[in-house]
Amino acid sequence: MSKIKWGFYIFLIPVLLWLFLLIVFPHIDLFVNSFRSQNNLGDSIWSLANYKAFFSDSVYWYTFVRTAVYSILVTFLTFIVTFPVAFYITKVVSVKFSGFLALLLLMPFWVGELVSVYGWMILLRESGIINFFLLKMGIIDTPLKMLYNDISMIIGLVYMSMLFMIVPIMSSLEGMDDSLIEAASDLGASKFTIIRKIVIPHAAPGIVSGSIVVFMLVLGDYLTPDLLGGKNALWFTEQIYNEFIASFNWNEGAAFGFLLLALSTSIIWLALKITNQSFEKAVS
Amino acid sequence: MIRTLPSSKTYKIGYTIFIALFYVFLFAPLIVTCVLAFNNSNFPTLPWKGFTLDWFFANNGQRVGVFEDSDLLSSMYISFETGFYVSVMSLIVGTMGAFLFVQEKFRFKGALYFLALAPLVIPGVILGISILLSSTIAGGFVDQHFGIDIPFLRPSFSLVVLGQFSFITTFVVLVVSAKLKKFDGTLEEAALNLGASRFDVIRLITLPYLKPALIGSFIVSFLMSFGNFNTTLFLVGSDTTLPIDLYSRIRDGSTPVLNAVSFLLIFGTSLLAVFNLIYNNVKNKE
Amino acid sequence: MDNILEVQHISKKFAGHTVIKDLNFGVREGDFFSILGPSGCGKTTLLRMIAGFLEPTSGKVIIRGEDMSGIPPNKRPVNIVFQSLALFPMMNVKENVAFGLRRRKFTNKEIDEKVFSMLSRVGLEDYGNKAVTQLSGGQRQRVAIARSLVLGPSILLLDEPLGALDRKLREHMKIELKLLQAELGTTFIYITHDQSEALVMSNKVAVMNSGNFDQLDTPKNLYKFPATSFVAGFVGETNKFDISTQKTENNMMNITTKKGWKLEKRFFEDEEHNFLFIRPESIILKPDDKLKDVSRFMIKVKTILFDGSNTKISAYTKVGDERILIALPQNARFENIAVGDEMEAAVHHNDLKCYKE
Repeated sequence: MSKIKWGFYIFLIPVLLWLFLLIVFPHIDLFVNSFRSQNNLGDSIWSLANYKAFFSDSVYWYTFVRTAVYSILVTFLTFIVTFPVAFYITKVVSVKFSGFLALLLLMPFWVGELVSVYGWMILLRESGIINFFLLKMGIIDTPLKMLYNDISMIIGLVYMSMLFMIVPIMSSLEGMDDSLIEAASDLGASKFTIIRKIVIPHAAPGIVSGSIVVFMLVLGDYLTPDLLGGKNALWFTEQIYNEFIASFNWNEGAAFGFLLLALSTSIIWLALKITNQSFEKAVS
Repeated sequence: MIRTLPSSKTYKIGYTIFIALFYVFLFAPLIVTCVLAFNNSNFPTLPWKGFTLDWFFANNGQRVGVFEDSDLLSSMYISFETGFYVSVMSLIVGTMGAFLFVQEKFRFKGALYFLALAPLVIPGVILGISILLSSTIAGGFVDQHFGIDIPFLRPSFSLVVLGQFSFITTFVVLVVSAKLKKFDGTLEEAALNLGASRFDVIRLITLPYLKPALIGSFIVSFLMSFGNFNTTLFLVGSDTTLPIDLYSRIRDGSTPVLNAVSFLLIFGTSLLAVFNLIYNNVKNKE
Repeated sequence: MDNILEVQHISKKFAGHTVIKDLNFGVREGDFFSILGPSGCGKTTLLRMIAGFLEPTSGKVIIRGEDMSGIPPNKRPVNIVFQSLALFPMMNVKENVAFGLRRRKFTNKEIDEKVFSMLSRVGLEDYGNKAVTQLSGGQRQRVAIARSLVLGPSILLLDEPLGALDRKLREHMKIELKLLQAELGTTFIYITHDQSEALVMSNKVAVMNSGNFDQLDTPKNLYKFPATSFVAGFVGETNKFDISTQKTENNMMNITTKKGWKLEKRFFEDEEHNFLFIRPESIILKPDDKLKDVSRFMIKVKTILFDGSNTKISAYTKVGDERILIALPQNARFENIAVGDEMEAAVHHNDLKCYKE
C-alpha cells in the first residue's frame, strides 16, 4: 500500500506547485497590492486610494462598463454567426465534407491572433484591399475609413472568438440524435420551432461553455482592441497596461486587474446561475 | 433541414450562401496576407506589381527579407524555444493532473479541480500582471534578505515560459482527462489478471491508449504558446517572442516582410494540421 | 480433497450493504461450473473476489489448497474472460495472446510456439497479425479465451462472455465453449443470467439469488426438482399460480388458485403452500383415460404461438379462467387443434410443484 501512496505524491506535488505558485499566490499578491499605496513620505501603506482613483475618474469606469457591454455583445454576435455553421457541419453537410470543414475552422486559431489581426488591417485600412476594389469598381470615390473604430474592433474580436464558440456547440450537437429532429418534423413542427424547441435546448450546454470562454477571452484581450480599435475605442486591458508599463503605478494596476477579474467572474457566475449549469461541467 | 429531411430550394440555397460567406470571412484575411507576401511593392496592398521573393530573401538597402533579418529570426527562434519548453512542461504536469482528477480519490479533490480549471476564466492579461507582480515581490524579498539577485524572477525568458505554462496546463488537463474518462477500466484489470505489474499497466496499456491525446495536446500547447500575446506582453524581457516583435513592427508601420512572416506561419501550421489529420486517419484505419 | 476451488463462508459488504452472505461451496477439478442468477444477485462480486479484484469482508478463497487472502490479482492462478472481452486495442491478436507470457518472462521462442499452438487450437492461426478491431464478434471471443488459456490457469473465470453476441452466434459459441472445455480439461467457472447457457454447457450449476446459492446441482436436477420457488421460476419456462391448499381425508391435497381453478395432488407434504409451478411441456393434452396419478381439467384454446419444435398454445381453464401456456407437440395427433377448441388436459401429480414461499 505504501508504494501506491508514493506514486500519488509524485503526481500530486507538481500539480500543487503549479496551482499554488502560479495561480493562487500571484492572485493573492494582486489582491493585497491593490490595497497598498504610497503616502506623502513615499512609504507603502494600506489604503483604498487605488479603488478611489477608479471611481473618481469617469474615463476609468466608462471604459470598464464599455468593455463589459461590448464583451457581451461580441459573445452574442459570435453565437449568432457560428450557430448556423455548427448546425450545418454537424447535421446538414454530407459526412464526407464535415471533417474537412471543421478542420478549416481551426486555421485562425492555429496561425495565432496576431496574424489574423494583421490580415484584417490589410483588408480594412484606407489603402487596404477592400477600398482598392471598391474604388476600382467605381462604387466609391474616396476611400472609406473602415479601420480604427468600434466596428473593425468587433469584427476582429468576433473573428478570433469564433472557434471557441463553435467547437463546444458542435460537440453538443454531435451528441444529438437526428431522429429527434425527424420526429419533431413528422409531428408537424416548423423549422423555426424545431430550432427553438429541440435544437437549442439540446445544444445549451455547448452554448453556455462556448459563451463563457469567448466572453473571458474578449474581456481580457489586449491585442485586437489595441490594433483594430480607434483612439477612442478604449478597452479596459489597455488601462491596465498603461498603469503597469507606462505610468509604472503597479498598485493601481493591481486594483484595475482585480476589478476586471471580479467583473469576469461575476458575469460568468451569473450566466451559470441563469442557465442552471455548473462550472466544472460547462468547461469540460 | 437535416441530411434526411428534404427542404425547399430557396432555403437550401440561402443556407449554402450563408455558409460560403462565412468561409470567405474566415479565410479572406489569411489569403490576402499570404498573397501580398509575394507582391513586388513596398506596401502590403494592391495593386499587384509582379511576383517577388524579396520579402523572404532580399538583403539590400531598401528591402530586408525574413531570412536575412536577424531580429526576426532570433524572435522566431525564441518563440520556438518557449513553445517547446511550455508544451513539454504542460504535457507532463497536465497529464499528472488528469490522472489525479480521474483515477484517484483524495480530500479537497473537488477544490483542486476547480483551481485547475480557473485559468480558463482568468483573462490572460490578469495572469500576466499577477505573475509579474508576485515574481517581482519574491525577487525583491530574496534580494533584500539574502542579497542574492535572481534574474529568473525579473521579466525574462523563464518568466514567459512560466506564465504560459500556468494556463496551457489547464488545457492539457482537460484534453487528457476527457480521454482518460473514456478509458475502459477492464483493460487495466485484464492486464493485471494476465500478470502485469502496476507499472506495466501504465506503460503498456494506459499510455499507448492516451498517445493520440498526448500528441494532440502537445501540438496545440505549442501553438498556443507560439501565438500567445496577452500574457507574454507583461512578462517578456529582452528576449522578445515573435508575436511581441511583430506587434511593435505593426505599430511602427507595416512592410510586406510581415506578410512574409505570416505566410510562413500559415504555411507551417497548415502542414502541422495536415500531418495531424493524416496521423489520425492512419490511426483510425488501424 | 480434490476440490480445486474452495470458497469458505465468504461475505462481502459494500458500505453496510451485504452483497454476499456467508457463501460456502467447492468446485471440483475439470468441472464446467456455472453460476446462474439475475443481475444484481452478487455473481460478479463473487467472481471478482475469486480473481482478487475485491477482498472478501470475511471468509476465505482457497485455490489448490492455497489461501488466496492478500494475494493480488496478478499473482493468482486464475484468469478471466471479461464481459467486454477487454482485448487491448493497441495490440494485434498475437501480442494480445502473448501479453501474459511476456509478463512471465518466457523467451521469444517459447512465446511464439505457445501463441501459435493456442491460436491453432481456437482456429485463428492465420489471424495472428490482424488488429483486434478487424475481427468478428466470435473471433474476438476466441482471442479473449486464448489469451487467458495460454497461461495454463488452474481456473478460467468467464463473466457473461457471450452477452454481447447476437443470438445465432451465441448458440454456436455455447457448443464451441463446451467442446473446448471438454478437450482441455481446465476448470471453467462461468457466470451468466441466461439459463439456457448454464444448462447446455455446465455439469454443475449454482442458482444464485440475493447473495447466496438457492440450489447447487446438475442441470437436469435443477430443471426437474427445483429446490425453491425462485429456482422453479428462474430456470426454464413455467406457469406460476398463487394458491391455497387443503388436506383431504384420503391423503390427497386440494389446490385452489386465486381465481378458483381446482386441482388435486397425492403425496401430501405436511405444509401449507402458496405457489404452484407447472411447466408447459408437463401438461398432457387429450390424456388417455387409463392414465393414473394425474389431475385432469378442461381448457379452451385462445391462441397458437407457432415456433417450430417450441410451439405452444395459450389457453384458459374452463374452471377459474386461469391463463396457462401448454407445449404443443408438432405431430399428427395434435395437428388439427384450432383456436376456440375445448379439450381435456392433465398434469401428473409429480409435475405440480408447490412451494411455501
